[in-house]
Amino acid sequence: MTTSQTTHLIRGARPLGGAAADVAVVDGLVAAVGDGAAAAAGEGAHVVEADGLILLPGLVDLHTHLREPGREDSETVASGTRAAARGGYTAVHAMANTFPVADTAGVVEQVKRLGDEAGHCDVHPVGAVTVGLEGKQLAELGAMADSAARVRVFSDDGKCVDDALIMRRALEYVKAFDGVVAQHAQEPRLTTAAQMNEGTVSGELGLAGWPAVAEEAIIARDVLLAAHVGSRLHVCHVSTAGSVELIRWAKSNGWDVTAEVTPHHLLLTDELVRSYDPVYKVNPPLRTARDVEALRAGLADGTIDAVATDHAPHPAEDKECEWAVAAMGMVGLETALSIVQHAMVDTGLLDWAGVADRMSFRPARIGRLDGQGRPIAPGEPANLTLLDPAYRGTVEPSGFASRSRNTPYRGMELPGRVVATFLRGRPTVLDGSIA
Amino acid sequence: MKRHLISAADLSVEDAILILDTAEEMSQVASRPIKKLPTLRGRTVVNLFFEDSTRTRTSFELAAKRLSADVINFSAKGSSVSKGESLKDTALTLQAMGADAVVIRHSASGAPHRLAHSGWIHGSVLNAGDGTHEHPTQALLDAFTMRRRLAGAPDGGPVPHGEAGDGTGRDLAGRRVAIVGDVLHSRVVRSNVHLLTTLGAEVTLVAPPTLLPIGVESWPCRVSYDLDEVLPKSDAVMMLRVQRERMNAAFFPTEREYSRRYGLNAERVARLPEHAIVMHPGPMNRGMEITAEVADSARSTIVEQVTNGVSVRMAALYLLLGGADLAASDSGR
Ligand SMILES: [Zn+2]
Repeated sequence: MTTSQTTHLIRGARPLGGAAADVAVVDGLVAAVGDGAAAAAGEGAHVVEADGLILLPGLVDLHTHLREPGREDSETVASGTRAAARGGYTAVHAMANTFPVADTAGVVEQVKRLGDEAGHCDVHPVGAVTVGLEGKQLAELGAMADSAARVRVFSDDGKCVDDALIMRRALEYVKAFDGVVAQHAQEPRLTTAAQMNEGTVSGELGLAGWPAVAEEAIIARDVLLAAHVGSRLHVCHVSTAGSVELIRWAKSNGWDVTAEVTPHHLLLTDELVRSYDPVYKVNPPLRTARDVEALRAGLADGTIDAVATDHAPHPAEDKECEWAVAAMGMVGLETALSIVQHAMVDTGLLDWAGVADRMSFRPARIGRLDGQGRPIAPGEPANLTLLDPAYRGTVEPSGFASRSRNTPYRGMELPGRVVATFLRGRPTVLDGSIA
Repeated sequence: MKRHLISAADLSVEDAILILDTAEEMSQVASRPIKKLPTLRGRTVVNLFFEDSTRTRTSFELAAKRLSADVINFSAKGSSVSKGESLKDTALTLQAMGADAVVIRHSASGAPHRLAHSGWIHGSVLNAGDGTHEHPTQALLDAFTMRRRLAGAPDGGPVPHGEAGDGTGRDLAGRRVAIVGDVLHSRVVRSNVHLLTTLGAEVTLVAPPTLLPIGVESWPCRVSYDLDEVLPKSDAVMMLRVQRERMNAAFFPTEREYSRRYGLNAERVARLPEHAIVMHPGPMNRGMEITAEVADSARSTIVEQVTNGVSVRMAALYLLLGGADLAASDSGR
């Protein structure tokens, strides 16, 4: 009971931002919280001094691009999950738009196995909804659900399942194994050649616009479809005020609809595109200050269930070019918690219990994960993140664990730092470094 | 003057008038037997064209050569898309060659901005048209043409059709300009709205709603869907090229309907005030946005615009490259 390898005493941390308490971690479980924790850990325990630090349940990302197989020059399962651990994550959902596409049991099992071997965090592959993400024929969703990867989240992310009938069938079909369809809402005809949010800035810059209605029209259709067939729908990376309203309306009707927002959509606006720096080119695009405000309010009141990174690594050459040909996406795992603290906690919109809810409890439930997103209580798996909220530091991408550096926050001063991450009682990060 | 000319929005009224006045001086060079100044001798100007435009390239080339600069034409068409040779690599090459100015034409909006602000090159960057963003020297030549025609008389008023005045020192205060057609995809419009407004003109954009950008109501101009209503109140009407492929994307129903509602013909020209001029940045679709009769009439400044383009580009290169004092270099001849 006292071997230092498996026993840790986290001393003086504040679980979910509440009162300071000692937490004992023994054999992969939370053994005790508060009085008696020291005794439960015993004399030989490894002690983590955590005075003034926040203890959160290990973060769960619903939306990560790990790029393996196929684009290992951008990221691998090993490098991406190292970045995840550094960001305080103990589980990530790996999106299916790899090469080959994760549309069979074989590919999802391969990704899962690579995650297990790397050991930095749990990897839950997302299965493609349609073969090759082509939107035409359903992939073998059941085989992926029954595979060793136990897939529960299905998405053609990067592309929208725009055929209404295919979307309906997918929503119906996944009910058989309690799956969820995670939709990348983007009406393709309204966004042909789109380069940035359609609005006054796109008009001035002469970049083809990506109207909010292209996202909202699909969300409106999909919540109606989900209600009609009585299935679960998850909306990926919501980016507009109108989308928040639609999801609020769907929830008020009692429909089983959930949604996520990215950290960057909680902070950045399309005004930044005036620099023509492709580091700001992302899908969905950065929107207006009014949208940012609505997204923050939606996350605060629970309309939006989760913060998801949409971590999208790209090599430098795919961003060091003209805006029009640059790849879309930004890395996010290692800065997500800082951005959420900056945009939501330090602004008083969300407390740390709220952060735990939106970044761990709810995403784990949406993904139907066992053992992740659990309370910090005796007997629960010790998936934990220890955060120093008083830390202030300048973002320096060269220090990222991710293989890619396409962050919009270079040189920005941000609050918060992940001090330690525990995966089932084993530290994956200690003193801010990979353990 | 700034080091780069990326956007007409970057020009103050003083900058704009300085360029136009300098262009007036440059235009006198063109009427001499030896059309050349030694001003930029020893300087290297690169025409970096990622998109074909013989007209614009030739105009810049002629302007640089009249100032005695060394000119390199660097055609990089298609390379941005294939990524065979990236903008960055090209820029590093030009930097290594010692380019003092890079005149860049690119199908991607923002490419000149990126080139100027990336730190890849140290010379001046001149935007010769980027995507659907801007084309500042086109706006300058348009303004130059308007100033000569509409404010070129000794009293600052319009000159008779077919004559060119001298607008030196003047702006375009109170002049009313209608810009008609595919505003959405036009880099010429964005530059013209900025520059003409800076010079005091009132701009009205005329187009079907599908060819106006979202947010146009925040631009410093008026918007109308009705050409006939705007014409009697216009001192200049600038017709934009309409690309026939826009029809396939449902921007308007048919060519015939477009011409009927937004094309400029003799009947419509008759609604203009007596002194008003007709402009077109070229190349024209005769019979689509403008009839041949109107394009070739005495009111049309289309050929003059091309001539004026060389003077304006000489002025821009001269001022950006901080060439020797013009009077001094001139007297050296
Ligand atoms: Zn997506």
